[in-house]
Amino acid sequence: MTESTYRIRGATGDWEVVIGLEVHAQVTSKAKLFSGAATAFGAEPNAQVSLVDAAMPGMLPVPNRECIRQAVRTGMAIDAQINKWSRFDRKNYFYADLPQGYQISQLYHPLVGEGSLVVEADEKAGIPADKRIGIERIHVEQDAGKLMHDQHPTMSYVDLNRSGVALMEIVSRPDMRSPAEAGAYVRKLRSILRYVGSCDGNMEEGSMRADVNVSVRKPGDEFGTRTETKNVNSVRFVMQTIEHEARRQVDLIEDGGKVVQETRLFDPSTGTTRSMRSKEDAHDYRYFPDPDLLPLELDDAFLDECRESLPELPDAKRRRYVEDLGLSAYNAQVLTAEVETARWFEALLLETATAQGKQPADVAKQAANWLISEFFGALNKAGHELEDSPVGHAQAAELLALIGKGTISGSIAKQVLEKMLETGDGAAAIVEREGLKQESDSGAIEAAVDKILADNADKVEQYKAGKEALFGFFVGQTMKAMQGKGNPQVVNEVLKAKLG
Amino acid sequence: MSVTRETVAKIASLARIRMGEPELDRMVPELNGILEWVEQLGEVDCSGVEPMTAVIPQKLRLRDDVVDADPLTGGGVREEVLANAPAPEHGFFGVPKVIE
Repeated sequence: MTESTYRIRGATGDWEVVIGLEVHAQVTSKAKLFSGAATAFGAEPNAQVSLVDAAMPGMLPVPNRECIRQAVRTGMAIDAQINKWSRFDRKNYFYADLPQGYQISQLYHPLVGEGSLVVEADEKAGIPADKRIGIERIHVEQDAGKLMHDQHPTMSYVDLNRSGVALMEIVSRPDMRSPAEAGAYVRKLRSILRYVGSCDGNMEEGSMRADVNVSVRKPGDEFGTRTETKNVNSVRFVMQTIEHEARRQVDLIEDGGKVVQETRLFDPSTGTTRSMRSKEDAHDYRYFPDPDLLPLELDDAFLDECRESLPELPDAKRRRYVEDLGLSAYNAQVLTAEVETARWFEALLLETATAQGKQPADVAKQAANWLISEFFGALNKAGHELEDSPVGHAQAAELLALIGKGTISGSIAKQVLEKMLETGDGAAAIVEREGLKQESDSGAIEAAVDKILADNADKVEQYKAGKEALFGFFVGQTMKAMQGKGNPQVVNEVLKAKLG
Repeated sequence: MSVTRETVAKIASLARIRMGEPELDRMVPELNGILEWVEQLGEVDCSGVEPMTAVIPQKLRLRDDVVDADPLTGGGVREEVLANAPAPEHGFFGVPKVIE
């Protein structure tokens, strides 16, 4: 493994931070893990609760095939070992959001074993290329219900709609050594989950949250005692948790104290963590195999379907963009990080190639550059996201074709794009209506140039006397006189000829 | 294997079962009697025998990802779900305030 150089400076020297993450990802499915109740977000309280989820006596759990399938596909996407034989266990504890009195989980025989992923290299953040983070396991388990404490003076309200929804718990190895690496890991994991379609990765709505394990040590020493900060729900908060927790532990140890293995809570308003002061026996979960469920056995046909239905994943896609489409490493990275962006780009590429009668590889650079340096900014300025863009791939391809054919210049294209986002009209229609067609006719350009040169006789003298920087001035004046519609290449040629 | 009085008290507390001194007095020998009885199984040599998960050979069945396919195990039954709750409020279960 490549070593990170991130260190916490203490009074006794530098300290290394060791980080492991347990990510809970809500599985994308219509029905819950063990019942037929719906999983849709935002329903009326307790409207999506079956008698199974409410733990009524005599109800039996039956696993949802799709939840198992999505967890297996996720495992395959991180090159993990898939266990054809796994089992569900009961994790026993009492809380008002857990009607069964136990959570059905997988402690002893998880569905997915050892895998890994490679995080994005980031020289500035000290993340080397090919930094691989180990993933110990992925198991499937039930989510709990939701408690509301602020609705009544003496009571808490319980909504069991989330109770029984399928979660994947994705447990990393303690392979991360800096907040940046942990952030990159969460981003990469979220990207993979979205590509696979096994979780929407929406951290704001709680479909993905992380338990952050942090310890510190002097470089080369044994692992220190770790703390676990629960339910951190954004990449930024994960990084803040680590920064704060590492500093706290270093200060504590250097002041002669000892880190206690405990559960902590992150407070987003202060960026600090605090102890949950839970009872000491809170972690005595008395796990045992769930007698209501037989072992889960998967056959080859099931696994084959899982593997065959996997899409091209971000790493492979990025390699292909660089090797086959000739994109820069940076552009390939930007376009593949989110599955929605990659889909948009590929649709645009296809439309652009068709519109210009070329091969995708021949227009890929043009499309990628335009998408990244023009479209994203303009879209953002207009207050839109890619998902709700008023300009679709076909319309964007039409605009690119106009640039490609030299009908409009790049700077005019910017104006046209703004109008497209504003009105939803097509590029060609706007160019026609507003008279924005590029002037490539050398006669018209010559006339404009002649006028500029005549009006600026003094500058022409200076230019001829050796002040060559004035060339840019003539180009600018000509373009201005032609309202930006002059073909820049022709303008340059004509000016060069006239100024000789 | 046997359990101490402390272990029994702890298990009772984890299971939220209130157990007074007289009950503990009775329960410790009773549980130890059961453990001793079960321990006889240890005399059987079962090395090389797979653990049995069911008495008849059968496999875990999986359900399709369909919402409310079977009314018995589907949602949309809030009245039934809340029917036995001591303090339902506005469609929620009301419980004594619990804050970590």
